[in-house]
Amino acid sequence: MTLRRRAGFGALLIALLCLPLVVHSDYVLNVADIAGIYAIAVLGLGILLGFAGQLSLAQAAFFGIGAYASGYLTVHWGWPVLPSMAVATVFSGLIGLGLGWPCLRLSGHYLALATIGFGIITQLVLINWTSVTNGSDGMTGIPPPQIGPLTLSTYGQYYYLVLASLAICTYVAWRIKSTRPGRALQAIRENELAASATGIDPTHYKIVAFVLAGAYAGLAGALLAHSIKFLSPDSYSFDQSVIFLVMLIVGGSGSIGGAILGAVLLTFLPEVLRPLKSSYIMVYGAAVIAMVIFMPRGLAGLFDAVTHRRGGQETRPLATPAHPVEAKSA
Amino acid sequence: MNAANEIAARETGFLQVRGLLKRFGGITAVSGLDMTVRGGDIHGLIGPNGSGKTTTLNIISGLYRADGGSISFDGSELVRRPAHAIAQLGVGRTFQNIRLFAGLSVLENVMIGRHVRTHVGFVSALFPGGATAREERETREYARELLQFVGLERAAGSVARSLPYGDQRRVEIARALASEPRLLLLDEPAAGMNPTETDTLVELLRRIRDRGATLLLIEHDMNLVMTVCERITVLNFGQHIAEGTAAEIARNPDVITAYLGGAIDAA
Repeated sequence: MTLRRRAGFGALLIALLCLPLVVHSDYVLNVADIAGIYAIAVLGLGILLGFAGQLSLAQAAFFGIGAYASGYLTVHWGWPVLPSMAVATVFSGLIGLGLGWPCLRLSGHYLALATIGFGIITQLVLINWTSVTNGSDGMTGIPPPQIGPLTLSTYGQYYYLVLASLAICTYVAWRIKSTRPGRALQAIRENELAASATGIDPTHYKIVAFVLAGAYAGLAGALLAHSIKFLSPDSYSFDQSVIFLVMLIVGGSGSIGGAILGAVLLTFLPEVLRPLKSSYIMVYGAAVIAMVIFMPRGLAGLFDAVTHRRGGQETRPLATPAHPVEAKSA
Repeated sequence: MNAANEIAARETGFLQVRGLLKRFGGITAVSGLDMTVRGGDIHGLIGPNGSGKTTTLNIISGLYRADGGSISFDGSELVRRPAHAIAQLGVGRTFQNIRLFAGLSVLENVMIGRHVRTHVGFVSALFPGGATAREERETREYARELLQFVGLERAAGSVARSLPYGDQRRVEIARALASEPRLLLLDEPAAGMNPTETDTLVELLRRIRDRGATLLLIEHDMNLVMTVCERITVLNFGQHIAEGTAAEIARNPDVITAYLGGAIDAA
């Protein structure tokens, strides 16, 4: 990381830390919490689709599994919130293993269809397994998290939990991407046959990607559960999976910063468009189409173009040739 | 390898293919192929189009599963091993229709080739210091050295798909070399190259052999095969019809009838 990038990164972090001190609107802070939560789920999808090239439309299902798991543990078993969130994260990751394993032989459209099927099944289970989920009536009475003597009861306080979780998830994704396992995932995305001829076991890496995507979405779901404190199966539909996918594509699928930016932008956009009432969805749709057409590599690609960075991929120290002056003649 | 082992390897064959069989539907692509490649040789695999050369290479590297026969590589049986396990045993390859990680940089392509010689996993990746940092640095340095070896050090930062065709072939060779293969399979490495590039390739193939690798190459450029290969196996209709030195092959009446059609001057 160059000094300039480091400075920019530090400034961004300070700005994010100060947000609840400057903004006092509960409404804005609530949207900010949701944006951060979505960003975590989209980052998980970014590992699976952006790094490994495996298209999943089940991300909302894992989001729901994490939300209900953490909700159930706190409401019915009386567990404290933070351990419940951790267990919900691991549990969602294991379900991701359960989805990834049978789907290994599928790719492209077939994989997408299988994951849609999984998403629909999950939502049906959430609706009909009433003894656990309370069905369509939804799960109520979910407690807020407690850290020592402090209860995170306001949106401003909760914001810091979301921000810390997002920071950890970003760090993990960044470390993976910039080291050997991330290169292996990208090799599978670029050319699976060549990857296996290079000694990469596609099975291993794809499964880990499914597990990470599931765990990220599960953590996001758990964070949502203890923020809105009410769970209803409608929130974990196929539509929500599509929204996560759109956030990733708009942001730039291979890019970590892009995934986060896409989630934040598309969470705030409907709120900004709210005065348009029912026609907002048309404007929202048109805006998404325009972004996909005019920024084919997403916000991350746009950012690269503006800052004249080569290669077009985020966190790419390799893009600097050893002999910059001679690089053209190669 | 000590002298006795080396002699043994030369006699029994470093790579021994016996009775190899592969069918696609009703078509038999490889029917009972026998082939012996000696350690340290540059070995040519030639034959008319559709004679089963690429299929054979794909079976050796584990991309196809053989329907019968055996492949012994330095004592290990390769048939029924998955492709990545065969690569881990020390078999590298390039492809007839180049298969790079096209959207990644040239350096990243070669670093990925180092996969089997490195160890950082999902957990150790999270700890940026110590062993992880050292391995990353070593991988990068090794990849840079290889790019220098194939003459592409200045293209390290370029996106692989933006390179000219001949350079892409050299990236593929560097990627394969990054795993330090003991056997390197090359599928038509000179295809689409001009005479100058081909000359550079011949010299590169010899330097690769001098690094200690055994080479098995499919090639249509007979001039290149005759120049560079110590031994040659000729296929026709999925079967071995001759094996020997370039001079022996060029004189072999079966080969002349079946493949060369008598048109070649052994030169």
